[in-house]
Amino acid sequence: MASSDVARQPDKGVRPLSLAGHVGFDSLPDQLVNKSIYQGFCFNILCIGETGIGKSTLMDTLFNTNFENFESSHFEPQVKLRAQTYDLQESNVRLRLTVVNTVGFGDQMNKQESYQPVVDYIDRQFESYLQEELKIKRSLHNYHDSRVHACLYFISPSGHSLKSLDLVTMKKLDSKVNIIPVIAKADTISKSELHKFKIKIMSELVSNGVQIYQFPLDDETVAKVNTTMNGHLPFAVVGSTEEVCVGNKMVKARQYPWGVVQVENENHCDFVKLREMLICVNMEDLREQTHTRHYELYRRCKLEEMGFKDTDPECKPVSLQQTYEAKRQEFLVELQRREDEMRQMFVQRVKEKEAELKEAERELQSRFEQLKRLHADEKATLEEKKRLLDEDQSSFSKRRAAAQLLQAQSLTANGKKDKDRKNSGFM
Amino acid sequence: MSESAKLHPNPQGKGEKTHGSDFSYVGIDAILEQMRRKAMKQGFELNIMVVGQSGLGKSTLMNTLFKSKVSRKSVLPNPEERIPKTIEIKSISHDIEEKGVRMKLTVIDTPGFGDQINNENCWQPIMKFINDQYEVYLQEEININRKKRIPDSRVHCCIYFIPPTGHCLRPLDVEFMRRLSKVVNIVPVIAKADTLTLEERDYFKQTIREELRANGIDVYPQKEFDEDAEDRMINDKIREMIPFAVVGSDQEYQVNGKKILGRKTKWGTIEVENIAHCEFAYLRDLLIRTHMQNIKDITGSIHYETYRVRRLNESNALFSSQPSDHPAVQPKTNGQPEQQPSTLQANGVAAQHEALSHEM
Repeated sequence: MASSDVARQPDKGVRPLSLAGHVGFDSLPDQLVNKSIYQGFCFNILCIGETGIGKSTLMDTLFNTNFENFESSHFEPQVKLRAQTYDLQESNVRLRLTVVNTVGFGDQMNKQESYQPVVDYIDRQFESYLQEELKIKRSLHNYHDSRVHACLYFISPSGHSLKSLDLVTMKKLDSKVNIIPVIAKADTISKSELHKFKIKIMSELVSNGVQIYQFPLDDETVAKVNTTMNGHLPFAVVGSTEEVCVGNKMVKARQYPWGVVQVENENHCDFVKLREMLICVNMEDLREQTHTRHYELYRRCKLEEMGFKDTDPECKPVSLQQTYEAKRQEFLVELQRREDEMRQMFVQRVKEKEAELKEAERELQSRFEQLKRLHADEKATLEEKKRLLDEDQSSFSKRRAAAQLLQAQSLTANGKKDKDRKNSGFM
Repeated sequence: MSESAKLHPNPQGKGEKTHGSDFSYVGIDAILEQMRRKAMKQGFELNIMVVGQSGLGKSTLMNTLFKSKVSRKSVLPNPEERIPKTIEIKSISHDIEEKGVRMKLTVIDTPGFGDQINNENCWQPIMKFINDQYEVYLQEEININRKKRIPDSRVHCCIYFIPPTGHCLRPLDVEFMRRLSKVVNIVPVIAKADTLTLEERDYFKQTIREELRANGIDVYPQKEFDEDAEDRMINDKIREMIPFAVVGSDQEYQVNGKKILGRKTKWGTIEVENIAHCEFAYLRDLLIRTHMQNIKDITGSIHYETYRVRRLNESNALFSSQPSDHPAVQPKTNGQPEQQPSTLQANGVAAQHEALSHEM
């Protein structure tokens, strides 16, 4: 029997080596990209903003299609989230885009709980990914990733400062999602006002400790453009799907009596900057940040909350299995207890109901008896009355017969008397 | 609910953005470039294991594949030529770079395999090593505070060297490949193929293929993991050529005015990269130029997941049968059978791994 001896070189001794010729693994990034093309990409955007601020229009303009959307009413009792998924394709890239809109945000009279449905939605997506990851038989590469990668927060173009609702909501969301604030309907602000507005917004965000998404600076190819763009935050955008003829071209624009606001003109608004940053340059980084930072934070908090630890008090590594099994036993015991309780309660209820029903039956029975008796009494009384009536009737008819007889007799007697008197009178 | 919307494809080609004039271009395909940049920045990892009797040219082949001295023998200052009494597992890592693509290549050598008089169970240490790598990865993955990028030491590919007898597979070959094809991607090659004529080579290959089929051994590329018809077509062609008959060399000679890698003999020079002479080029293309990512994917999403499922199920079973108030009796479930990473008792393989290897 061959015994074994395992000896391994330490990992620290990783030597750099130069190649004597062309090996060919420079095609690895291509292989990776090809695989991703085959699988397709996933991107989820959450749009938060008041009703009518232009979220749907901006999405249409960004992705150059007409997403199915309808105007929402201003009378929603609560903030709801509506998610719609679309399959887009450009050249050979297939993108599964999910746009989540907040319906009724900012419409209620009491906006204290407005942020909660949004936070709940984001947590739900993290939770379902975590569940899939913890499964025994899992299929992560087939899993449709629904975690929110980017959150566009639409700021009203008041020109002054952020609303307190904005600050509260963004503060709650900054550790869960990449927030990109945008100033909506930017064609209502003049250039100088816009500049002051942007500075005010950024300073308010900083002073309130809100961490918005910073475009990454670690890759030299994009560091420069990202730094510039970081300075232009928040982007002032205008959305439009209508085309207007300007010069000899048809461009996306909004036509006013006093002029035409061109969406893709960088002098008019920052739409092009937003599109470039969100899609062309940093889409992959947004996805990565969501996975490595926000999701990991959620996972850590969730697992710690459930009682898992990496090391127990004696600093020995505690396996997930041990804690999981302990919790499972606990849960099973609790389940058993609840089941017994419920069973007991059920038996009790049945008994009570039975007693009630029996009582009701008895009552009914006695009432029936009573009624029967009443009925019999009444019948007796009626019989008695009938007898009396009959007696009366018979005595009456006897008396009548007697009276009639008497009358008939008296009549004949009177007649005779008359006759006699008549007769005597003649004499 | 899902809507399908087609954007107009950019007529000017990928990567060019024109503001204003062609407003039907959104820029979604720029994500490919972003991915490529991210991959180049992170670098790649590849772990290859070579298994075979001593003297079959494993180290030379590795050096030829990667055109540099990546094998163990080239690294140790005085490589001992003794055949070890037991199977050892030695891995060496190198950082190599080509056209901006950085790769950490780890070559895992198994000296002593098949060299003993009694070779029963010689696959066990190798199997254990492979499972240990899976275990390390699993432990890191289920940590609460885990690293951003879990270091990948899992064996992606195992090249098995078949000695060029010209007849058929030996029982050792069949046993080894049968057991290991279930946990790792195996690429069998016929070593020192310059001792076989072309007819002998074809006959040998056919016999090997039949024996593999008869024993139910699935070598890479496995039929069941073909993704679509196109994939299947490409992989079928490869499957018809397996096992590759290779010759390795790190010596350069002049042939027809060109410098080529080869072996010079009295009757001629065998050119390693000439497909008329041997099939090294096919092996290199398969392993490096076309299927490297696929090999890593199959390791990660299929072999590793299989291990994970088995491991988690087994832990569950172990726990539900153990009374919880006997902590001393509970076997360690954090993976490594030994507390210290150094020595292993001769018979002290931990309960789980015993169970795992017995299944094989």
